[in-house]
Formats: sequence, C-alpha cells, structure tokens
Amino acid sequence: MKIEMKGINKAFGSNQVLKDAGFVLEDGEVHALMGENGAGKSTLMKILTGVYTRDAGTVIVDGKEVIYKSPQEAEKAGIVFIYQELNVLFDLTVEENLFMGKEITKGFGICDKKAMRKKAQEAMDKMGVKIPINAVMSDLSVGQQQMVEICKALMVDAKVLIMDEPTAALTQSETEGLFKLIKSLRKKGVSIVYISHRMEEIFELCDRITILRDGTYVGTEKIKDINMDDIVRMMIGREIGERFPARDAKIGKEMLRVEGLTKGKTFKDVNFSVKAGEVLGVSGLMGAGRTEIMHAIFGNLPFESGKIFIEGKEVTIKNAREAINAGIGFITEDRKTEGLLLEKSISENIALANLGKFSDKSVVKKSKVDELVKKGIDEFHIKCFGPDHECNNLSGGNQQKVVFAKWVYTEPKILILDEPTRGVDIGAKKEIYSVINDLAAKGVAIILVSSELPEVLGMSDRIMVVHEGKITGIIDAKDADQEKVMTLATGGTL
Amino acid sequence: MANKTAAVAAPTNKKSWTSYIGEYGAFIALVFLVVVISVVSPEFRTAGNFLNLLRQATFNGLIAFGMTCVILSDGIDLSVGSTLALSAVISAKLIMQGVPAILAMIIALISGTLLGVVSVLLVTKGRLQPFIATLITMTAYRGLALILTDGKPISNIAKSIGDRPNQFAFKLVGKGNFCNIPIPAILLIFALIVFYFVLNKTTFGRKVYATGSNSKCAKLVGVNITKTKVIVYAISGFMSALTGLILISRLDSAQPTLGDGYELDAIAAVALGGTSMSGGRGKITGTIAGVLIISVLNNGMNLLEVSTYYQDVIKAVVILVAVLSDRKR
Repeated sequence: MKIEMKGINKAFGSNQVLKDAGFVLEDGEVHALMGENGAGKSTLMKILTGVYTRDAGTVIVDGKEVIYKSPQEAEKAGIVFIYQELNVLFDLTVEENLFMGKEITKGFGICDKKAMRKKAQEAMDKMGVKIPINAVMSDLSVGQQQMVEICKALMVDAKVLIMDEPTAALTQSETEGLFKLIKSLRKKGVSIVYISHRMEEIFELCDRITILRDGTYVGTEKIKDINMDDIVRMMIGREIGERFPARDAKIGKEMLRVEGLTKGKTFKDVNFSVKAGEVLGVSGLMGAGRTEIMHAIFGNLPFESGKIFIEGKEVTIKNAREAINAGIGFITEDRKTEGLLLEKSISENIALANLGKFSDKSVVKKSKVDELVKKGIDEFHIKCFGPDHECNNLSGGNQQKVVFAKWVYTEPKILILDEPTRGVDIGAKKEIYSVINDLAAKGVAIILVSSELPEVLGMSDRIMVVHEGKITGIIDAKDADQEKVMTLATGGTL
Repeated sequence: MANKTAAVAAPTNKKSWTSYIGEYGAFIALVFLVVVISVVSPEFRTAGNFLNLLRQATFNGLIAFGMTCVILSDGIDLSVGSTLALSAVISAKLIMQGVPAILAMIIALISGTLLGVVSVLLVTKGRLQPFIATLITMTAYRGLALILTDGKPISNIAKSIGDRPNQFAFKLVGKGNFCNIPIPAILLIFALIVFYFVLNKTTFGRKVYATGSNSKCAKLVGVNITKTKVIVYAISGFMSALTGLILISRLDSAQPTLGDGYELDAIAAVALGGTSMSGGRGKITGTIAGVLIISVLNNGMNLLEVSTYYQDVIKAVVILVAVLSDRKR
C-alpha cells in the first residue's frame, strides 16, 4: 500500500502543530519517522488514521484521495496504529482482546468461543509467536502485550502498521523478537511506519527516514545514504556538537558503598561504591535487577542482608524519607507513574519533594515555593508558561526536567538516575547530560542506570554490569566498549 | 544554547470562560437556586430561615468536610453515619450513667476518631479497598450502636445531667446561640476555615492531594502514605462524632439509627463541589457550595410544599446537572 501525505496543516487552538507536513510511504518498506518531541510525528499519524481531522492538505492512498473519519475506517482500509501506551484490556484474556468488538457469534450475540480460539491460535502461529491465547493480559510482559496488539492488527489484514516507540518498554530479547517480526512482515509486503528516538534501531531496521521539525517536513532520505549526525542536524536544524558533553569534575572521596546486598533471587551479593563527582554507569538487560537494587538502596524495597555506607558510616534506610534525609535522590525509571503528579503543576511537584525547606511549622510558605520554582524553570530550561503549568501538558523532555529540578533541590549527595533519558528527544537529552555533568562537578556522586549502551559508555567514569541479579563486572569507561558490556550483561566473562 | 531549541511556541495561560464555569460551577448553581427560590417563596428570604438553613447545613457540612479529605486522598468513607450514631450513643450512655457531660462528649470525639482509625487500618494493614473496608465498619458500627442501646432511643439526656455547667455545655452544642447565630452554624464556619487552611496552606494538605493524585510518586519523595491516610480517616471519624454531639444535643435523645444515610448526602455534596472521586483534585470551598445546594434545595422544596416523593427526584436532577457542568473539558 502506498501512502502520500502532502501539505498537512493542523492547529489545536492557537497552537499550530503541523505546518505543511507530509511524507511518502512505499509498499513494503520500514519507514522511520523522526523528530524531536513535539515535532508532530504522532499528530501526523493520528491524522492519517482518522483520530484527528486535518485543517488542510491531502492524503492519497494507492492513488485515491481519502479522508478517514475514524480509526475504525482507517483500520478497514488496512491502516492500523499501535500506540505507545498499548490499547489493551488488562483484565481480559488474549483471545478476548483479539476479538474485542468483532466477536464471532453463533447469532443472538452468543459468542462462538471455539471458533475464536481456533482463529486466534492460527493468527499467533502465523506470526510465529508463542503466547497462550487463554492467558490474562496483565500476566503477560509488555513485549508480549505488544505482540498481541500486532496480532490484532494482522488479523484485520493490516497493510500498514504504525508503531510509536514500540521498544520503549521492551527488554533486549523482546526487542530482538519484535525486529524479527517486523522484518518478516516487510517480506510479506506490509509497510511499517516506525517512530523512535533510538538511532541504533533506525539504522538496524529501517529503509528510509523522514524527518519532521516543528511540525514541518524537513526531508526524506535512504538510510544507507545518511549518518547519525545528518539526522540530528535535520532534526534540530543546527549542529548539536558532541553527543555527550565533556565533564570537568574532580573525583573525591567515597560517598556510597554497598556491601553484600542480597534479596532472594532478585539480586545477590551486590558490592560497589561511588565517589563524589563520579558517574557510575549501571548496565544490564532489562529485568536483570538493576532497578530493584536501586529501590533497595533508597529504602523502597526491603532486602534480606547487606550493608549500606554513606560517607563511610553505616546507615539503615527504611523508607524514602530516611533516604532523602541521608542525602540520596532517586529519579525513577517511570516518570509517569512514579516520577510526577501528572495532574498537578510544576510548582506543586517541586514543592512536594522539598516540603521541609518550604514550610515553617508545617505551614507552606507560598512565596518561597514560587521563588525556587521560577529559578528551577530558568535553570533547567523548562518550556512552560509558568510555575502553575500542569505537568500533563508538558513534553516528555520537559517533564523529565521537572523531575530533575525537584530532586536537585533536595540537595542530594548521591543521586540515582534510572533511565533518565527514556522517551526524551535528542535536544533535551543533551541538556540532561549537561545537568548530570554540572551535578558531578559540584561533587554529587551519580549512579546512572540506562539501557542505552552509548549513553552509559559516553557518560560514565566506571561501568557496572548486572546480570540476573549479580554484578558481573565493574570496568573503567576508558577500557569499555559495547561488546565488552554486552558480554558481561549476557553472563559472559571478559 | 538550550534556549534556542525552544522554537515551538510555549503554550499560553489563557483560560476559557467555560473553565471558569467548571471551577465555580457549584457556586453559580447555588446562587441561581437561591435567586429562583427567593423569588418564588417570600418565606425563604427571611433572615430567620437563612439561619435555620445554615443550622440544617451543619450536619451534612461537617461530615462532608471530613469526607472531602478522605476522597481527595483517593479513599471513601461510608462509615460516617454509623460512626456518628455509635459515638453519640456512647456519650449518651456515659451521661446517663453519671459521667460528667463534658467528659462524655470528649470521649465521644475520641471514640469517633478511633473508629475512623479502625476503618483505615482495614485499608492500610488489611489491604482492603476503602469502599469495602468502610462498608464493613459501617455495618459493624451500626450493629454495635443497636446492641449498646438495645435498639431503643436514649431520651431526656439533658434532664439527667445533675450539675449546671455540664448541662449547659451539653445543650450549648446543639441549641446554643452566640449573637443570635446558632452555635452549630458557627462550628460549621469555623471548621470551613480550619479545613481550608489545612488543605491549602500546610504540608499535610499537600500530602493529602499528592497521595490521591499519585501515591507511588508521593511515596518516593518521602511522603508517608500510610500516616497521611490514617490521619485523613481519623479526621473523618472526628467530624462524624462532632456532628453526632450536635444532633443529640438538639434532639435531647440518642437513637441508634441516627445518621442513617448521611454518607450519601456527604458524598453527593463533595461530588457537587467538583472533587474528583479518584482523588487528587478538589476544593473544600466546592464542598461547602455542594452542602449549601443540598440544604437550599431541601429547605426550598419544603417551603414550597413539594411532595416528598418528588423531592428526591428533583435533588437527583440537580446533582446530575451540576456534576455534568463541572466536568473537565
């Protein structure tokens, strides 16, 4: 199926989101759609699939101009959008999800369970995926849930699949599985629009790339004719310079030491230390226990044995309050469910972590809050209309900056960052790296947990690798490369 | 350099007029109701009736304030009516047995607070849904009140109080006046100020909103979720007990069936006031508007001699319209 979108305009109120945007999707290709957060990628795809109506422009599918009035109409035409926040019913089974709204009946609304099971199983087999069709959705991993979504799309005979950051929550092996599936779909002539911030994936998977900037079409290139720097330049319209800015930090005394931290099968005999001004990268496959170790240090997950020392003194930390008082800050991996009160303002989010500082005998001093929040918005370049801006309406990068501001103002001596740049565009990423460097320069000890290898390699002084709850190695960043880290992460030895 | 990436225009802070209606919807509805009923019923607009109305609003109001805190923290308290009855019965029993009334009333307030704590322990320790936990305590407290009284009302309480100061204190709570304003109404206004202050100006208030908005996130920045919830339900229990004291003082009698169905009026008032039933969003000023709407409706319909059968239906329609107009756009 060939799709051509030309001169698309779309405004929400006074906010012009798309201005002469468009792209051409060829039959049977994997087409990357890239741009910073807010560049209009998702909006453009939502216009294609009839979620939004367009203000101007044309959409031509297989030579005929079309306007889909709803996602259902687009689906009937064979165009399916798989959203980043998966659209699944968690309490129902795989088969029920697959047939939601299009159940096979024996008439009179009585479900033909047998027929549906058979057809669901066939579809799964055809995809080459082994997911029990009577499993409840919430028992499946995110990767499996995504496979079910794809299966659902294929069952309606989708010719075009649009995937919005499909790997954001997948483990390494799930990602590989997804890529294999995408490649086999391409062979079958299915076209795929692939939206992602991860350069490495684009180069591995895609045939062509279209770049949008500020809602406008910038250009389309063949992947093999373009490199990463070109893409970045097209995305932000200028040179960004070094991907990882240089750090000028003096490494000082030991701030945090962990000895023999153990919790059943989750993590075992974890030993490491971080010094003032140092960035310790933590790498490992998803599910290796990295996040759990960090939650344990922060007092948010009880552990069985082990000791934690801060500045040489042993501490017992039972909850987050005690961790904060001990000088630890923790930027968690999921900013939407753990990092922010989404429906609250920037001001309220920053204030909540710093209530002690802002209050006098439990009465909150609004003027003090406002002063610091205004400073934070400036210092962290948060794009917003002011302290009362609701976090829901901020882009991913700006939300993450709010999370940073909130923690930095608790003045931590040790700052744990769990996937701090996930879902953040390249410009905001670099700003976050600069913040990390500034903090290190001020003598904060930083633990950087990340699934993006280039990030860990580019930002760390030392890299600790976790495999199945055990530390398989701590290597100097100078001596590390992608291959060594991956070897350790998959349980090998150097 | 970072600023240059800000090519996309920052969103503006303009509020549409519809969002103002959303914010003050309950007050607009209240003013509208007052104006309409005032025009139709001359009796309604007398000062005496307004004081009467305010006194009637007290019972629902005090409970609804506590309920607002509970709902803001993403909970619900169905046990308020039963808590009211049980603590009222306890104090009446104690008074009848010769315990000084002031002491008995203090004990009632403490019991109410503790009964609230029991409910919340089922939530935090027992890991029950707030709806189920308070459904259980609601049933249990009502049963206990019936057992304590043998199902019969305890009457003529004031007469049984021997000494003057204690008798005066008991009567004062429900029947007293200060500068011609009924004491219950004064309590209501005082409580409104206290709740407004606590929810808007204190660290505890912030913690209540944060707990209801996203408890995971709040926990990770050091908010003690359990403690916050315990305090919130304790407040609700305390407010129920206080309402119970006003009621038995006014009626001079404590019935085990006291406060039956009060939880629904309180929840209706909170919803009318625009508080989100899933917590995190809402205002105490909205709740007082909701309370007054319900009182004005009841009072107005009685004065206009609307049949009681129709009253409930009309109330339902008003709540529906108010809640719909209050939806986030």
